[in-house]
Amino acid sequence: MHDKTITEIAGALAAGTISSRELTQDLLGRIDRMDGQLNSFITVTAEQALSAADHADQQRANGQAGPLTGVPLAIKDIFCTQGVKTSCGSKMLDNFIAPYDATVVSKLRAAGTVSLGKTNMDEFAMGSSNENSFYGPVKNPWDLTAVPGGSSGGSAAAVAAGLVPAALGTDTGGSIRQPAAFCGITGLKPTYGRVSRYGMVAYASSLDQGGPMARSAADCGLLLNAIAGHDARDSTSVARVVPDYTEELDAPLAGLKIGLPREYFGDGLDPSVESAIRDAIKVFESLGASVREVSLPHTSYAIPAYYVIAPAEASSNLSRYDGVRFGHRCDNPSDLIDLYKRSRAEGFGDEVKRRILIGTHTLSEGFFDAYYKKAQQVRRLIRQDFLDAFEEVDVLMGPAAPTPAFDLGATKDPVSMYLQDIYTIAINLAGIPGISVPAGFSGKRPVGLQILGTHFAEARLLNVAHQFQQATDWHLRRPEIAEENA
Amino acid sequence: MQWETVIGLEVHVQLATQSKIFSGSSTAFGAEPNTQANAVDLGLPGVLPVLNEQAVAMALQFGLGINAEIPEVSVFDRKNYFYPDLPKGYQTSQMYEPIVGRGEVEILLDDGSARVIRVHHAHLEEDAGKSLHEDFHGMTGIDLNRAGTPLLEIVSEPDMRSAKEAVAYLRAIHSIVTYLGISDGNMAEGSMRCDVNVSVRPKGQEEFGTRAEIKNVNSFRFVERAIAYEVERQVELIEDGGKVVQETRLYDPEADETRSMRTKEEANDYRYFPCPDLLPVMVDSAYIDHLRESLPELPAEKRARFQDELGLSAYDAGVLSSSRAMAEYFERTKDVCGDAKQAANWVQGELSGALNRDALDISDSPINADQLGELIKRVIDNTINGKAAKQVFQALWNGEGGGENNSADAIIEARGLKQVTDTGAIDAMVEQVIADSPAQVAQYRDAEPDKRGKMIGYFVGQVMKASRGTANPQQVNTLLKEKLDALC
Repeated sequence: MHDKTITEIAGALAAGTISSRELTQDLLGRIDRMDGQLNSFITVTAEQALSAADHADQQRANGQAGPLTGVPLAIKDIFCTQGVKTSCGSKMLDNFIAPYDATVVSKLRAAGTVSLGKTNMDEFAMGSSNENSFYGPVKNPWDLTAVPGGSSGGSAAAVAAGLVPAALGTDTGGSIRQPAAFCGITGLKPTYGRVSRYGMVAYASSLDQGGPMARSAADCGLLLNAIAGHDARDSTSVARVVPDYTEELDAPLAGLKIGLPREYFGDGLDPSVESAIRDAIKVFESLGASVREVSLPHTSYAIPAYYVIAPAEASSNLSRYDGVRFGHRCDNPSDLIDLYKRSRAEGFGDEVKRRILIGTHTLSEGFFDAYYKKAQQVRRLIRQDFLDAFEEVDVLMGPAAPTPAFDLGATKDPVSMYLQDIYTIAINLAGIPGISVPAGFSGKRPVGLQILGTHFAEARLLNVAHQFQQATDWHLRRPEIAEENA
Repeated sequence: MQWETVIGLEVHVQLATQSKIFSGSSTAFGAEPNTQANAVDLGLPGVLPVLNEQAVAMALQFGLGINAEIPEVSVFDRKNYFYPDLPKGYQTSQMYEPIVGRGEVEILLDDGSARVIRVHHAHLEEDAGKSLHEDFHGMTGIDLNRAGTPLLEIVSEPDMRSAKEAVAYLRAIHSIVTYLGISDGNMAEGSMRCDVNVSVRPKGQEEFGTRAEIKNVNSFRFVERAIAYEVERQVELIEDGGKVVQETRLYDPEADETRSMRTKEEANDYRYFPCPDLLPVMVDSAYIDHLRESLPELPAEKRARFQDELGLSAYDAGVLSSSRAMAEYFERTKDVCGDAKQAANWVQGELSGALNRDALDISDSPINADQLGELIKRVIDNTINGKAAKQVFQALWNGEGGGENNSADAIIEARGLKQVTDTGAIDAMVEQVIADSPAQVAQYRDAEPDKRGKMIGYFVGQVMKASRGTANPQQVNTLLKEKLDALC
């Protein structure tokens, strides 16, 4: 069952060909055997998983099973899980046992899913390669010398390797879509406000959004059904009806208007990626869609604007890690300032410190207008670019990342790393949804097609992605490591 | 040189909401440390604030109470700094777009005249926790019960020119917020705290002097003394050729002095920016109208009505409207006895004296307004005279009379204090006293007519004594004068 979709697993559970306990045990066994190589989990909660699986089996026996009852999955270690370590990939929170569940975690629990554990990630979600984790880098299941992408690299690798059928990720500048592309899975970043952020450790509050990572668009729809919706505990979550995201999956694409942003096919795009994306576009044309070029003129400002806004928010959000109430505290502080300095110096990694410094600087008196205010103006222009484009076309398509997964340890310069997010970051600034679907390979390494829609167009994106997956089999390919361990 | 003092106040008022401004924790005072601090108050990873609507309503009520501009949109900002009792490493406040815009507060000075002090704005923010330095063996304890308590910070223009004006302004704010019921105004428990900005300038100079900010002054008396000290310090400094530096100072009530905390150079850069976890607050006019309709009569309106409709003096009207409890007591007393002036005299005289003596607040008065009103009624309808009324008041104060609203009657009855107005009875007593006082009668007769008025007091006293205080003094006086003059 390890290579099956949620839809298939739910069918087997319903038919009684397998119990949730059997499936959970099987997957826990795979994690045990394989994750030493991959390092995709920070914490495996075997005991809780088995008891949740038993509970799910009991519910099924009582005729109370829902569409996700008994389905195993994993949760990015950025979501608070009651009684379970929630590290956010940081030494700072290595000792933090969350005393409460994030809203999405309790929603998934209520839906009867079985969490197998917490997945590895770049520290505080800051990174595009998963190399910034206190718990060590995650390996790409397609090529163990490659990165899985980040920051949700553990979730992407675990799904790709057949350790779980799906996982929760978060996306602040591409952290669901880029690792999904690198690991050959499907990942959806919902509209900002569609999914509650309560209990999701904040990196950049105005950009962070949780979402599903799975083996198909249909599975992402099933998970989004469970986690979307307004949350009274998150003022930025939107009070808007949650449709059934599986309902429109089968709608035909004839007449669909696809826009290709000129700026997403320019310098820096790897030719093998471009050719895979162009091939994918042809598939859509064969399904009856029309394609035209559009422009998002402010695209080049997205990365600079993002690296002002996100670090600014982060510098403030991460102030609470001061060694006073929870998290890492240095030994024998001599006074208060020493406590702050050493706890934070010891607890945070380099990339986190870099962004705190950037953010602290850009918010400083005398710099605020030039950086933060200007970046917010740019943000509005970028949003307007998208709104203008969606006047003309239904969806936008392009690569999720400029290159396939790169080698572990290869990208040392932070700015080159930031450029990894060149096609994903503007989407967070605009607040719109985006999905990455497998669309071919560059050698051994997968390529992801990114599909973008206007605010709250998740159902449409899932429909477009699903139709593509009906016509192609990229999403059905499995890395060797997954099959060797079958 | 003549110096002029310039004062501006930042008053922090704790709003009387049930729960905190961004979390569901209780705001009750005095609980065991950290028992009223939930995940949000602790700033745990992943938590988010949710704005308390009641705090918004209270802030808006204040805005309406001072006729302020109410912006359609207000925004919460983060004020970033590290402190152990500030759990998130930032305070959520309103820096750029506050909930209440420009308004005005009328203050009443000792001479009964009024002045208008402009309010620059008022904004909502969360309080921090408390650092406890005792009982931790050289370490510091943190109590986060207060963290997240809603505060309204009311920032005045530098419109006050003396410590007395500053205190009058603070009292006016106190009475507005307590009238509105948006704060208990309890300064001892920190429900109202005040930062005082003080500068001096040569009289006639337009430009302001350099100011010092005195932090966290928490009583009316301390405000007055801190300003007095600070003004003297600044004037001396300048007259000695020195310069006032912009700095934050602390008032030490024990030493009765202010001390430097930090200068402008040492000040934090708070790196304010809009809080991305909270949406802008939109206030529509229907909501404002709804709040306006439910607004109680405020002190300035009450004072005007007491003067115009009840004919009270400016001074009386000011005192009686100074607090909602006082005003309500007075109005009830007046309604029961039917005479505003008598009610005003009694509430400010006998009652206030007794309250002061026993250090009681009017809300804790052992005599309620109905009882006092019934007592005054008996004076007005001549059932008892003034002297007897004071006895009855004291008896009521001591809890005699059974505690009913008409307790005064019971005491009058029990003590036989009913005034004798029967002319025959008084006549007989007067005759008797004259007959028993031949020497005094002779003196009276021999005195110059214009001196006789004073001498009559002796006879009145004798008659009152004979009547055990129950004779109507007016009648006694008239009769005595008649009879004694007849003897001359």
